[in-house]
Amino acid sequence: MRFIRRTDYEQDINLVQHKGHVLWYGLLLLLVFSAPLWLDRFLLGEFTYVFIYAIAGLGLMLLVGYTGLVSLGHAAFLAIGAYVHAFLLGHGWPFPLSMLFATGFSALVGALIAIPALRMTGIYLAVATLAFAVIVEQVLVHWEAVTGGFRGMAVPKPVLFGINFSDPTLFYFLSLLLLLVSLVLVMNILRSPSGRAMTAVRDSETSAESMGIHLAGTKTLAFALSAGFTGLAGALFAHRLTYLAPDAFTIVTSIQLLLMVVVGGLGSLHGVVFGALFVGLLPQIIAIARDSAPPVVAQIPGLEPAVFGLIMILFLIYEPLGIYGRWQKIRQFFEEFPLYRRATHRRQKTFLRTERLR
Amino acid sequence: MSLLEAEQLSISFGGVKAVQSVSFSVEAGEVFSIVGPNGAGKTTIFNLISRIYDSTAGRLSFSGQDITRVETHAVAGLGIARTFQNTELFEQETVLNNLLIGCHIHRKTRFWQDILFSPSVRRQELAFRRAVEDVIDLLDLQTYRHQIIGNLPYGVRKMVEIARALCLKPKLLLLDEPSSGLNPEETDDLAFWLEDINEALGITVIMVEHDMNLVGQASDRVMAMADGQLLTIGSPAEVQNHPEVLRAYLGQ
Ligand SMILES: Nc1ncnc2c1ncn2[C@@H]1O[C@H](COP(=O)(O)OP(=O)(O)OP(=O)(O)O)[C@@H](O)[C@H]1O
Ligand SMILES: [Mg+2]
Repeated sequence: MRFIRRTDYEQDINLVQHKGHVLWYGLLLLLVFSAPLWLDRFLLGEFTYVFIYAIAGLGLMLLVGYTGLVSLGHAAFLAIGAYVHAFLLGHGWPFPLSMLFATGFSALVGALIAIPALRMTGIYLAVATLAFAVIVEQVLVHWEAVTGGFRGMAVPKPVLFGINFSDPTLFYFLSLLLLLVSLVLVMNILRSPSGRAMTAVRDSETSAESMGIHLAGTKTLAFALSAGFTGLAGALFAHRLTYLAPDAFTIVTSIQLLLMVVVGGLGSLHGVVFGALFVGLLPQIIAIARDSAPPVVAQIPGLEPAVFGLIMILFLIYEPLGIYGRWQKIRQFFEEFPLYRRATHRRQKTFLRTERLR
Repeated sequence: MSLLEAEQLSISFGGVKAVQSVSFSVEAGEVFSIVGPNGAGKTTIFNLISRIYDSTAGRLSFSGQDITRVETHAVAGLGIARTFQNTELFEQETVLNNLLIGCHIHRKTRFWQDILFSPSVRRQELAFRRAVEDVIDLLDLQTYRHQIIGNLPYGVRKMVEIARALCLKPKLLLLDEPSSGLNPEETDDLAFWLEDINEALGITVIMVEHDMNLVGQASDRVMAMADGQLLTIGSPAEVQNHPEVLRAYLGQ
């Protein structure tokens, strides 16, 4: 078993809290940065995809996992980021500026969506965000002058400092870098008052409010940040797709995004990474399984969304803490072997909660 | 001028008149207890003071300022902290984070500083941490610092909630049944800590409490209520022997 010895308060504040972190995360960084040397091109592309998903996942995790607000419409922000970025690039904006603007614009839309969403929670919020996503999808289809409608629009190449980043290796590094920057920003939020306010709102609105936390402000901030990160992911996603069409941003995409944070493990950043790996690579696994399945099964239309939905439900029932929760249990099992007690992780209800204040 | 003044405070929920024209004032520095049978309206008074409910009539003022209609989240900033009858902690967070949220009203940094974790944010975090550690020392919570609230026994949660309220550095502390769910030893500790909070920290306390021993031991004045109405206000001994109070409790 490992005991972390704390000798000063900074230790709880720093991003890297002990030597174990330095070792393991250092190794992980070495692994991802050297990947282009030993990974084949196809897999490199798949991992780029995972990184982009993880950026969107960070955004959604802030909203769902840390502020406790559900969204079934995040594909819309992915779409907004992608289309705005592609549109601006097409109009001659430099790449970094266009990406920044796409991110900021998504965040702004997120903040605007937050206004009607402030009074809603749970299923109502899910339906409202879903409706928003449908509206955005319709706009993409019908505003042909800008979006190209069903025909879609081509995404200009990402050119930065005269270098063409559409080369798979360079694009891999670009995505990785943006993921790392996003990760640090999100970790900063979470270890400062802004992030604590979000978790407070998630756990008890009544209590948060009597601690002086402005509910509407905190929720709006969470929505804006969430939409911003997802918009950034959208801008990268545009380059991966190279050709944008509305069918890349449907309800299925929204569900995949939600699946990522739920399956990964709500309320943890490790969960985002696990979830992104899972969701990013699952379509490949389904495709492989489809090839080897009997034709009756393989030809079922809509098999993929069905599998996604099923997995989400199974996780919600049997492992609400997600892959990261499972991983923690496994790790604890080995650390404490042979003293592991199953009851450690059984949630106990030790008190009665009144509904009087709600 | 009293620290808190309630004039003709009333609220009803549909037909239920939970609080009817209750007037009282609490002086700075005292421990003021509210007693009464279940459903008397004690918690409702707390919810009115912390602006979770809108009163239907009456006026509330704090340090001379009218707070009858201030925004709910602004109450903490005025210097009023509270605990809840059944604890309302941030369940999935550690004790430390719960207490740090208690420091939220003292926050000076803006969001853009937070997201970059600027040096001022770091300094502020360290200052918050020191303030939190002082409270942890005061209430002996050292062993629980890094534990998740969801895994703690009820008695400890109660103390964590008081600790969180103290992190606000309030002028007025509202405690809703602080001893419920505590065992006798814990209740003794509580009486001792109440004295510390009141005398050493100089915090005025309003406490809703059923344990008459604790009320007698800790409070300067007591207000008795039943069915939303004020029965009497006086010293603990006076209130305990007041005929109407006896009648309310014995239900004649
Ligand atoms: N939000 C609400 N909606 C409807 N009725 C309420 C609400 N809050 C309180 N009441 C009613 O107001 C009355 C007083 O309730 P309150 O919670 O203040 O009692 P209390 O004195 O704190 O009792 P206890 O000792 O059981 O905690 C009760 O009849 C209760 O049902
Ligand atoms: Mg009560």
